[in-house]
Amino acid sequence: MPQVKVDPIVPTPTAVSQPVSSGSRPLASPAVRRRAREAGVDLSSVSGTGPAGRISHDDLDAFISGGGRLAAVQSGIKLTGVEEHPVIGLRRKIAEKMAISKRNAAHFSYFEEVDVTELENLRQHLNSARSSEQPKLTYLPFIVQALVKAIRKFPQCNAIYDEEKGVVFRHQAVHVGISTQTDDGLMVPVIKHAEAIDVWDTANELIRVTSAARAKTATVDELTGSTITITSLGAMGGLGATPIINHPEVSIVSIHAARDRAVVREGEIVVRKMMNLTSSFDHRIIDGYDGALLVQELKSMLENPATIFM
Amino acid sequence: MAEIRNCKVLVVGAGPGGYVAAIRAGQLGLDTVIVEGSRAGGTCLIRGCIPSKAMIHAASAFESLEAHSGKGKMGISISGKPKVNMKELVSWKDSIVNKLNKGVETLIKAAKVELISGWAKFRNGKTCEVSGGDKEYIINAEHVILANGSKSVELPFMPFDNNIISSTEALELSEVPKKLVVIGAGYIGLELGIAYRKLGSEVTFIEALDQILPIYDAEMTRPINLWLKKNKVNVNLGAKAKGAVTKGKVTTVEYVDSSGKNHKIRADKVLVTVGRKPNTQGWGLEKMAIDMDGPFIKVDKQCRTSMKNVWAIGDMVGEPMLAHKASAQAEVVSEIIAGHRREFDPVSIAAVCFTDPEIVGVGLTPDEAKKEGIETVVGKFPFAASGRALAMGAGSDGGFVRITSRKDNQVIVGIHAVGSHVSELSGEFALALEMGARLDDIAGTIHVHPTLTEAFAESALASLGHAIHISN
Repeated sequence: MPQVKVDPIVPTPTAVSQPVSSGSRPLASPAVRRRAREAGVDLSSVSGTGPAGRISHDDLDAFISGGGRLAAVQSGIKLTGVEEHPVIGLRRKIAEKMAISKRNAAHFSYFEEVDVTELENLRQHLNSARSSEQPKLTYLPFIVQALVKAIRKFPQCNAIYDEEKGVVFRHQAVHVGISTQTDDGLMVPVIKHAEAIDVWDTANELIRVTSAARAKTATVDELTGSTITITSLGAMGGLGATPIINHPEVSIVSIHAARDRAVVREGEIVVRKMMNLTSSFDHRIIDGYDGALLVQELKSMLENPATIFM
Repeated sequence: MAEIRNCKVLVVGAGPGGYVAAIRAGQLGLDTVIVEGSRAGGTCLIRGCIPSKAMIHAASAFESLEAHSGKGKMGISISGKPKVNMKELVSWKDSIVNKLNKGVETLIKAAKVELISGWAKFRNGKTCEVSGGDKEYIINAEHVILANGSKSVELPFMPFDNNIISSTEALELSEVPKKLVVIGAGYIGLELGIAYRKLGSEVTFIEALDQILPIYDAEMTRPINLWLKKNKVNVNLGAKAKGAVTKGKVTTVEYVDSSGKNHKIRADKVLVTVGRKPNTQGWGLEKMAIDMDGPFIKVDKQCRTSMKNVWAIGDMVGEPMLAHKASAQAEVVSEIIAGHRREFDPVSIAAVCFTDPEIVGVGLTPDEAKKEGIETVVGKFPFAASGRALAMGAGSDGGFVRITSRKDNQVIVGIHAVGSHVSELSGEFALALEMGARLDDIAGTIHVHPTLTEAFAESALASLGHAIHISN
């Protein structure tokens, strides 16, 4: 919860009776102060009708029924409160990691659109035919598996760059980090050994690790060790983004909303389900051409979904 | 093997901060565990507020019996002299402490809170190991409330031993020391020093500053000084203790007086009351990456530390180190955890010294108000003019009630009183400040005759220029 600064109060550390009373704070009883806090009302914007401007319950009621804070904004009263949010815990970790990535990795981003009409058909079919124990498939498990395949051709993209040693460690295992929004902030739980599981197990793992992250029960092991990261804004999707590489990895892929769009096929305008793929690579390690080829390979597989499974 | 216990709220320390936090959290339906290394009740109940008030009461009872022996007083006399049996006095005091300790344990249980006895040691912000109790535990909590309290400050050149004692041991003595030297004339030293004077000790104070009770102004400490003088208590101001040597049962304390002269004084017990410090050692605070504010844990208005979902209350977070402040913060924190919007925002925190006579202070003194740039009106009413005070034999101790209010709008900013039993007026004083009372509110409230509270209404009238029972 944010801390709202109302009136600066000068602390007097030596006095046993800590005097906080002066003319600067609104005059109101503890019960009125509590009600105001619960209603989110800053008492310094309420005018009191009592002696010396004391604010009564009636004054507060009148303020709230008159639109409360909203009225204060509309009637042109300047709001001067500043909320202080300490950058601590997970937020601080995120801030530090992002800064390191942006400072060190030479980001370049590449955008492409993918026709996922066939993939959508396959997905619908698999979902309608699935058994009760099998999870519902989203796009993500297919994209994870397509990425696993694509990486076989471009192993330099599934790597960890150790700057101090001056070595890039290309991993045979594909541990896919999944950017996940939690109540506390961004976390990246990891699907381990995506190369060794099928699309169903990928979906299971995806649900398991992201739920654990959201429920704050993820273990350190489940939150570390990724070699490449996929970020998705889910249903919100959007057109594109320029993702920040999950340092010290070298590649990140961002997937966006699949939408029906008018596209040209063989001289005709047709409606196809289109999805944008964006990506960022560390140009110190991955040349633009190679990064683009990886994305093209992904596109090709997603547009011809049978090839994901061959 | 340690038992693993996962909970929503973990409270560390079952003093007036911790146990209140735990009970409130329990009432709000949160799965709560409270860990206490000693006994439920904390410093306040086990070795502070309550036992010292029992001692003070016993000492006053003895003093009044003495006043009636021989020639007597108010026409009441007893033959022979009253005697003190310190062991029995202490066990009477212990019986009160035990009763309240059991009471707190029962309340904790009734709130469906688990009380674990043992010493909590943190591995990180949300996990601690508890050992030293009946069973070992590893506790994982979503929220941690630190209420570890404080302890007496030890002088490095006078470490505590059998003769050099803190307030804790002063409440456990098996006999009344013939000669008691008290280092530090703050409220703890004065309360205990005065009690032992009443029980028959010859008492000497050594205070480094140039006045007793340095947080109060001279007008307020005057009645205490009068009592000390009348009762032949030796008060050395501006004096510094240098060291102490114990031979057999007698300790010789060396000190330098205000003029730089060295002195040696013999004592059966030396009571060191130079302050208290927060308990920040020995339980893994260093593993928690929490920001500090000097010796205290840094918290905001909601008692949040710099670590998410770790909260701190009471003596851990700064002055005033008072039980009722800890309890008030405790309720705020538990309610925030339960999802309510709360802030610790008192207008004032009343403080009381159970000296003879007693002192109450709420809000600003006239000097403090002046420093804040507030133009004030100060009104006073002496207990010498109070029928009730006279009828209790308490009209001649120099006591009074003093109200400090704003000149521009009559709003009261501070209330202070000295006198017998004035501690019981503290509630009305605090209420007046919290409600934003003006002088007219107090003057316009009919105060019962004959009670000490009339002096409060009269001091409001005095501020307005028309007190009835003194000339204005």
